[in-house]
Amino acid sequence: MAIILTKEEAKKIIDKVLSYSKSDEMSVNLSGGRTGNIRYARNAVSTSGESTNLSLGVTSVYGKRSGTATINEFDDASLEKTVRRAEEIAKLAPENPEYMPMLGPQTYLNTDPYSENTAKMNPDYRAQATFESLDPCRKKNLTAAGYMEDSTRFNAIGNTKGLFAYNRETSVEFSITVRTADGLGSGYATQDVTDVSKLSTKNMTEIAMQKAMASSSARALEPGKYTVILEPAALVSNVDASLMVALVRSMDARNADEGRSFLSKKGGGTRLGEKLFDERVTIYSDPTNMEVPSGAFSGDGRPQEKITWIEKGVVKNMPYSRYWAEKKGVKAIPPGGNFIMEGGTQSLADMIKSTEKGILVTRLWYIRPVDPQTLLYTGLTRDGTFYIENGQIKFPVKNFRFNESPVIMLNNLEAMGKPVRIGGNLVPPLKIRDFTFTSLSDAV
Amino acid sequence: MNRRDFNQLLSMGAAGIMIPSLPAFSRSVSPEALLEPGLDVAVKKRLADAALNAAKSMGATYADVRIGRYLNQFVLTRENKVQGIINSESFGVGIRVIVNGCWGFASVGDARNESVVAQAAKTAVSIAKANARLLTEPVQLAPQKGYGEVSWKAPIKRNAFEVPVKEKVDLLLSCNAAAMQNGANFVNNVLFQVNEQKYFASTDGTYADQDIHRIGPSFTVTAVDPQNGKFSTRNSLSSPMGMGYDYLQVNPSDKQTGVTTRYNKGYDMLEDITLAAKQAKEKLSAKSVEAGKYDLVLDPSHLWLTIHESVGHPLELDRVLGYEANYAGTSFATLDKWESKNFNYGSKEVNLVADKTQQYSLGAVGWDDEGVKTKKWDLVKDGILVNYQAIRDQVHIIGEKESQGCCYADNWSSVQFQRMANVSLEAGKTPLSVENMIKDVKKGIYIIGDGSFSIDQQRYNFQFGGQLFYEIKDGQIVGMLKDVAYQANTREFWNSCVAVCDQSDYRLGGAFNDGKGQPSQSSAVSHGSATARFNGVNVINTARKI
Repeated sequence: MAIILTKEEAKKIIDKVLSYSKSDEMSVNLSGGRTGNIRYARNAVSTSGESTNLSLGVTSVYGKRSGTATINEFDDASLEKTVRRAEEIAKLAPENPEYMPMLGPQTYLNTDPYSENTAKMNPDYRAQATFESLDPCRKKNLTAAGYMEDSTRFNAIGNTKGLFAYNRETSVEFSITVRTADGLGSGYATQDVTDVSKLSTKNMTEIAMQKAMASSSARALEPGKYTVILEPAALVSNVDASLMVALVRSMDARNADEGRSFLSKKGGGTRLGEKLFDERVTIYSDPTNMEVPSGAFSGDGRPQEKITWIEKGVVKNMPYSRYWAEKKGVKAIPPGGNFIMEGGTQSLADMIKSTEKGILVTRLWYIRPVDPQTLLYTGLTRDGTFYIENGQIKFPVKNFRFNESPVIMLNNLEAMGKPVRIGGNLVPPLKIRDFTFTSLSDAV
Repeated sequence: MNRRDFNQLLSMGAAGIMIPSLPAFSRSVSPEALLEPGLDVAVKKRLADAALNAAKSMGATYADVRIGRYLNQFVLTRENKVQGIINSESFGVGIRVIVNGCWGFASVGDARNESVVAQAAKTAVSIAKANARLLTEPVQLAPQKGYGEVSWKAPIKRNAFEVPVKEKVDLLLSCNAAAMQNGANFVNNVLFQVNEQKYFASTDGTYADQDIHRIGPSFTVTAVDPQNGKFSTRNSLSSPMGMGYDYLQVNPSDKQTGVTTRYNKGYDMLEDITLAAKQAKEKLSAKSVEAGKYDLVLDPSHLWLTIHESVGHPLELDRVLGYEANYAGTSFATLDKWESKNFNYGSKEVNLVADKTQQYSLGAVGWDDEGVKTKKWDLVKDGILVNYQAIRDQVHIIGEKESQGCCYADNWSSVQFQRMANVSLEAGKTPLSVENMIKDVKKGIYIIGDGSFSIDQQRYNFQFGGQLFYEIKDGQIVGMLKDVAYQANTREFWNSCVAVCDQSDYRLGGAFNDGKGQPSQSSAVSHGSATARFNGVNVINTARKI
């Protein structure tokens, strides 16, 4: 059986499984995909692999008791057996008082997060892309460590209430760290795409090489409050927690209503409608955006729509679980599949040019929450930190530890550049005043 | 958490609940299925031989095969509700080969016959051949003798999967009720149990059948002050352990009493959650710390994480060499420091050991994932850096003749690589209790429980929070503090260690999900210590206004 089923193939299997149901409600999730990866370090490939998976999950429900069973065999007997097993598990499960009845048919937007170019990637393609990254580093006596992972997958859900949804999706993530031979300089670049033809490992490696060479022999500056230019990789990470994702994911309405969120209001309730950020801050989700397309439905079948979370600094919407939305009598808005932060038209070079004194930050690393009350996070600069004076990069500086909240950061906004894709989202480089560095690090 | 796995799980019926993802390639099963026997050992040997023979016949100079069955159960509750019970099973085979001096790896799920595993061996060989073209230096594998057919079993008294789900649900819900009665506004309480049934075979002639068990109870209690719009939390002081359900047996001799109760090999959840509810409330009105230098007295429930980040990771040889440069980073503990034989990693009080055999620890096994018998070795002796953690294809770089036995893969579908052993601070040799340690401190903070943690990519600069902070003035605990985090440089911090309590205070902490590698793999590891004192550490105040 193919690993990426078409909408019609997926529906046929799901309909068959649904016909075996004897429970009050039943949903079927059919998903499959292929991922490939190649990893290199010390200028040589270290590991590489490919894996495929196709599986079907059945969730049966009696009242408020639910049970799930999964299978990766697709003959009629195996499918029916899986339904019976889910029903047995459901009957024995404890009641979930917050269980919500399944959704009926939904209307979904047309989204297209799929690329045939990516779906066709093979080991030779990965090896060539790696060679294009390794070769320039070897020639300049620099040391490359990188990773590329591609994924082609589909997901379909259906239930006994008539809901059916199908999505297919591709993605490629690439990151490269280049270090100087003496270990005194390090540079990083990353790119993620839906269509692999838009990815150039060579160009990314070139950026990382330049940063590595330029960051060698950094000078120490006193920690304190600085104007910083945070590149998009310093705001969103493909591999770690990040300030912007932390902010967007901390907006859940229930946590705020329960009094345990930065969006909880003194005296009770939430801060929906309050202006909490600089008026230039607007953040929304849009599954149909051509640069960062995402799936048309959330995991529980709710449609993904264009939704504005923060508009001109004001909290406009918050995600709700279906249970909490019903309890509060509001629309159950699911968390977005992507997010887009509006920016300006300036390039990074323009932003540097207009900076009298400041620090350019390539990326932030090991970002962890310190205080959920204020969304205070700590972490460090890494792989390319530079001092700017009179519109020019003057010299590399040693890395800093920061303690900062994205809420405070987005109030201290000086300027925004042109948004770029990172981690499946669109984020502009930001110039922030009074960003708090609390100590120095010797790490390169 | 893997976002894709998480989304898939959500779509499979657990909507609206923050639930851990199903492990890779696993299937959801009934609780009873977790007790079904896996493949007979004779069948596993037959499958393993088929893979090894196939690899050899296609030119492999070395091959190993891991046949793994991974069983997990999560019991998830909040307040008086069961949010979900997830049982999962994952079974498959991973095959690693060396051909033309290059590694190749392939894996296959649900492999129950010889032809399927032989086919996977073929794929592994073809990947090795393809990658050999980009090779700069061939793999040098430390020699390893074969042990024949051997087995190892975790020292559990009660298999957690034999305990009825109802008993677990009743325990968690009764504890949640105690928290609510004692001032908590919310409580999230999760019980996680793991059984890894692993069979390893290699062309060296080892066939190791191992049965590994882990358990991890953990809760977060939240207290809210709605009038002031403030909240505070207190997490459990439990540790994930390499034990069965016996970890949840209450035993007075496993308790350290004091300002709050701390636990050794037996965890009293009811007592801890009751104290947690009161302490979360107390935190709301605790004094906000004044930033400055303090002497820190660090409980093992806290210090394990500092050891993990500032000793365990920087002394992984693959990081030192640059294999993790693009992800977690490299290490300040470079080979020249080790070669000098006089690099003061810490003060003379500091003895740090790696140990893959420690009883009840998360990392304990009989043989590692490349057939090396496990052992204990020194990393830092009387403050001096003396060794690293290394596996068969890297150990020659530090002049060792055999691997230290710390190779691990988190699943049959993942390739094994160097992972952290249990790394622990040895207890002080002279008798010293926590009370007597505190008596000598003029201006200090006593920290219990792990909290926020962050360290740079070469492991120099770190910052840690905690769960409970108590101010020490002139040898006395005078009250609770909040908004505390300390920042230090690894070497300065370990050189500021002036005392470690004796063996009677020694306890294990640990991490269930330590991440490393790309694609990221998770491993479980314990870190033991007794309470230790560090002088003149920089403490910051983390309170902010938004």
